[in-house]
Amino acid sequence: MEIWIVLIVIAAIAVVVIGIYNGLIGRRNRVDEALSQIQVQLKRRHDLIPNLVNAVKGYMQFEQKVLTDVTNARAAAVSAGAQGVAAQAQAENALTGTLRSLFAVVENYPDLKANQNVLSLQEQLTTTENQISFSRQHYNATVLEYNNGIQTFPNTIFAGMFGFTKRDFFEAEAGETANPTVDLSLTQPPAGA
Amino acid sequence: MTGRATFYSQEAANRRDSVLLVIAVAVILGALGFAIGYGTSGVVQTGIAVTTGALILAFFLSVGSYFGGDQLVLGTSGAKQVDETTAPQLMNVVQEMAIAANVPMPKVYVINDTAPNAFATGRDPKHASVAVTTGLLAKLDREELQGVLGHELSHVRNYDIRFSLLVAVLVGSIALLADFFLRFTFWGGGRRSSNDRDGGGGLQALVFILAIVLAVLAPIFARLVQLAVSRQREYLADASSVELTRNPSGLERALAKIASDQEVLEVANRATQHLYFTNPIKKFEARSSSMFSTHPPIVDRINRLRQLTGEGPADPQEIAALRGLD
Repeated sequence: MEIWIVLIVIAAIAVVVIGIYNGLIGRRNRVDEALSQIQVQLKRRHDLIPNLVNAVKGYMQFEQKVLTDVTNARAAAVSAGAQGVAAQAQAENALTGTLRSLFAVVENYPDLKANQNVLSLQEQLTTTENQISFSRQHYNATVLEYNNGIQTFPNTIFAGMFGFTKRDFFEAEAGETANPTVDLSLTQPPAGA
Repeated sequence: MTGRATFYSQEAANRRDSVLLVIAVAVILGALGFAIGYGTSGVVQTGIAVTTGALILAFFLSVGSYFGGDQLVLGTSGAKQVDETTAPQLMNVVQEMAIAANVPMPKVYVINDTAPNAFATGRDPKHASVAVTTGLLAKLDREELQGVLGHELSHVRNYDIRFSLLVAVLVGSIALLADFFLRFTFWGGGRRSSNDRDGGGGLQALVFILAIVLAVLAPIFARLVQLAVSRQREYLADASSVELTRNPSGLERALAKIASDQEVLEVANRATQHLYFTNPIKKFEARSSSMFSTHPPIVDRINRLRQLTGEGPADPQEIAALRGLD
């Protein structure tokens, strides 16, 4: 009689542990998926930028510095992709800064502001920036769920045993939360405006 | 309802309240079914059989709505599907919210009407559609549109359409059961089973009377609960929208702009009103009617959003001022 009780108890424990393990695997995989989704959005931005630069180049002869900043920052971000998450995040944030400067300068050119191509590209870049930031937000949500999963009781007993470790949130860097400075001192209106 | 809250706590409260309400409806159904079964036959098992029978019938009646409901609603509202070439900014904003909510991109439709409104339909995130009116697109800026679409996609992500269907099946069962029983009792044979094995006698008679009372009252109470559930899910969708956008102000301004618009949406009617972002068939929402409304009063929705930023409730001047923000 007793042996049956022992077997049932062992089986029950096994079922619970399997449930915990599978749950943690699911959560960790969602974290990894969210991380690769961010990459998808970043690549999309890299692909949009050359079109934008070409569209505005003709109108902005005096703004070459801003345009070359954007182009260089993009190249740096593409190559930083291979250098790990921290380096990539830094490069991508630098790229965001140059794009903001570019659009601040575009405000001074009424012809450019009204140009359909530029407006459409501006909308595409706006949505890409938003999509990048929402992918990062979603990534943080999956990390939260996963970390809660491994740190709460009773899962915490088994988490270390099975090799599940805490993941880090994506955090904005200290420099990024400050507004980018825009150098307008060399701006001169084009001849026609 | 004062003080600071987080969208997590608001979401938790809303989910808990809607579950409690569903349990309440289920209890009403169980009580009615049991009272009818026992009251007419004196046998306990009949009560259970009656309830189950009513549930199955109501379920089958709802199956069509589950699978085809969204096409029906979209068709009757004159919605036209759009894509990246015909409505780029709208598609972009929906895409942003779909990424934040981690749901597949729904089909997007536009309804040609100047009244600002939106709705979402679909039994699960893989089969979802979202529709907005041309009036909404004209009146809201990008941030406000994002708030509204976050709300709609939250309905999809929270399986609200499926949830409302569950409640509708329960409420429908109650109505069917009550209707059938009352007809049978007063206009049909009106015989009570003479196979009283338990000889219920006085108790059975009492339960029978109780069954009649319940049959009259239960459908009304069930409908009120159904409306309460609908309002809870609207609050939940508002809080979920903030979870997606992390920006209560966009949704708040959208609500204020829509509140000031007194136009009636022509394609909406009583059958579809619960699907929309704000109640489309009332000219202006009066607080006194809130118990019978599918949507909470807009002022209350705005005040709940203001709890998230720690501001106090809005007063009418502030609501008028909100409209001017861009």
